Amino acid sequence: MEATNPQKIDYWKVTLSGIFKENAIFRLAISLCPAIAVTTGLRTGVLMGVAVVFVNVMVNITVSAIRAFIHPRIRMPIFMLIISGWVTVADLSMAAFAREAYKQMGLYIQLIVAFASIFTRAEIFASKNKIMPSFFDGIGMGVGFMFALIVISFFRELLGKGTLWGVSIIGAKPLLIMLLPTGGFIATGLLMAFFNWIDIRFYGGKGAGGASGH
Amino acid sequence: MEQDKLIISVSPHIGSEESVPRIMWTVSASLLPALAMGIYYFGPKALVVTALCLIGSLASEWFVQKMAGKEITLSDGSAFLTGILLGMNMPSTVPFYIPIVSAFVAVAITKQLFGGLGYNIFNPALVGRAFALITWTRSMTTWAVPDAAFAAVNAKTTATPLGILKEEGMGKLLEVFGDKLSLYKELIIGHRAGSLGETSMIAILIGAAFLVYRRYISLRIPLSFLATVAVGAWIFGGKGGLFTGDPIVHLFSGGLMLGAFYMATDYVTCPTVRSGQIVFGIGCGFLTILIRLKAGYPEGVMFAILIMNCFAPLIDRSFRTHVFGAKKAKK
Repeated sequence: MEATNPQKIDYWKVTLSGIFKENAIFRLAISLCPAIAVTTGLRTGVLMGVAVVFVNVMVNITVSAIRAFIHPRIRMPIFMLIISGWVTVADLSMAAFAREAYKQMGLYIQLIVAFASIFTRAEIFASKNKIMPSFFDGIGMGVGFMFALIVISFFRELLGKGTLWGVSIIGAKPLLIMLLPTGGFIATGLLMAFFNWIDIRFYGGKGAGGASGH
Repeated sequence: MEQDKLIISVSPHIGSEESVPRIMWTVSASLLPALAMGIYYFGPKALVVTALCLIGSLASEWFVQKMAGKEITLSDGSAFLTGILLGMNMPSTVPFYIPIVSAFVAVAITKQLFGGLGYNIFNPALVGRAFALITWTRSMTTWAVPDAAFAAVNAKTTATPLGILKEEGMGKLLEVFGDKLSLYKELIIGHRAGSLGETSMIAILIGAAFLVYRRYISLRIPLSFLATVAVGAWIFGGKGGLFTGDPIVHLFSGGLMLGAFYMATDYVTCPTVRSGQIVFGIGCGFLTILIRLKAGYPEGVMFAILIMNCFAPLIDRSFRTHVFGAKKAKK
């Protein structure tokens, strides 16, 4: 990410890049654990996505604001502290305002601390850029992550439970395996292939190289 | 001299008539006796299920290769073999969509997405069946009563011998089949409930004997697999304590014969080192008897082979023979 000349940063481009070009799950293949674990239902997927957007944006802003004071040698622990602070905020708010969902996914909200997608944004982007670009980068990465969770959980809930947001759509359970972790990996892999195909077919890209993506 | 040129070529200099398509088609042909027995006992529905599996796997192979822009290799028979094996592993009573979706999972996801023939980690037909069993457990464990000679549609269902053995014990099994001798007889001929191609031991053994005679499969994996199951069943299978189990019932029921001779010996997913193959067979047998006696499912051949498939590369590495001259002599 070139950021030598702050005036030239296009906020819109930064945001879109996080959603499509550098989508954490479909293109970078990082933070796959929550993508499998919380996507058995659309509701949990969306809530997880909201929490990630919030944490990602706040962490980016905080890191960017104090980037001048972070000594490079101890930047990792500092990032960790900032991330865990904001995750605690998200965790406690969710426990207060969305109790039912929190019972199902409380553990995974706390696991946001260890998200590679958030940590890398603090390291790669926020610690080198001003507050506004970092804000939009956080929005982009967070929304991209949420988008991926929504797509995966849409298919998994529809095929596994026959419902969407708890409302019965099909009236049967066509593919029970989609609710199991196996089904999560199959769904994520096939969707990844689908987005790669779109990239190659319509945008002339090379597709993501899976874990070697950059 | 007509031929005055000295022809130089790289090895191998002796060609063989064997090829992948030839082996695949021969193995498929050797399954026909068992399939015929399945159709004889379970009626035309068995034929329909197998045909759907075949259509599904051939169509999936064609579709994925077309999408990926690869050469279409339907004629090499590997998709055909996967389809026919998958069909033989299904109950004859399944609704029409199960064979088709399982065939897609088997060929498209398990084989083609990993790079096609020769690159799959797991046996495609078994993954297809595992997918179906987990997803549609009830349909996949509803067994038709075998009824000879193209009986009309038979709505009666029953449990497999292994299911009876697990739930109600040996006494009930003898009650159902009469006495011990007729139980063995029915198991060997294949007049019992089960997946449509797995029931007839005699037909499977005829096909397998042909493959062994042609040297397409070696006996290392099947024999070590079967022996481990027999010994395990004999020691731990009985209710009355150690060494009271009935190994013959365990050997001749379930999908053990089909699994040992046709699934575990899959060239792609079993170890290539000879001593490793024996370890592979023993591992399969151990897991099979463990699942049959202790786990929730009455039959464990499928999961046992799939689990051992994971270990095949590790076994290959551990039991690799030392190449002459590759290791420096110790000083």
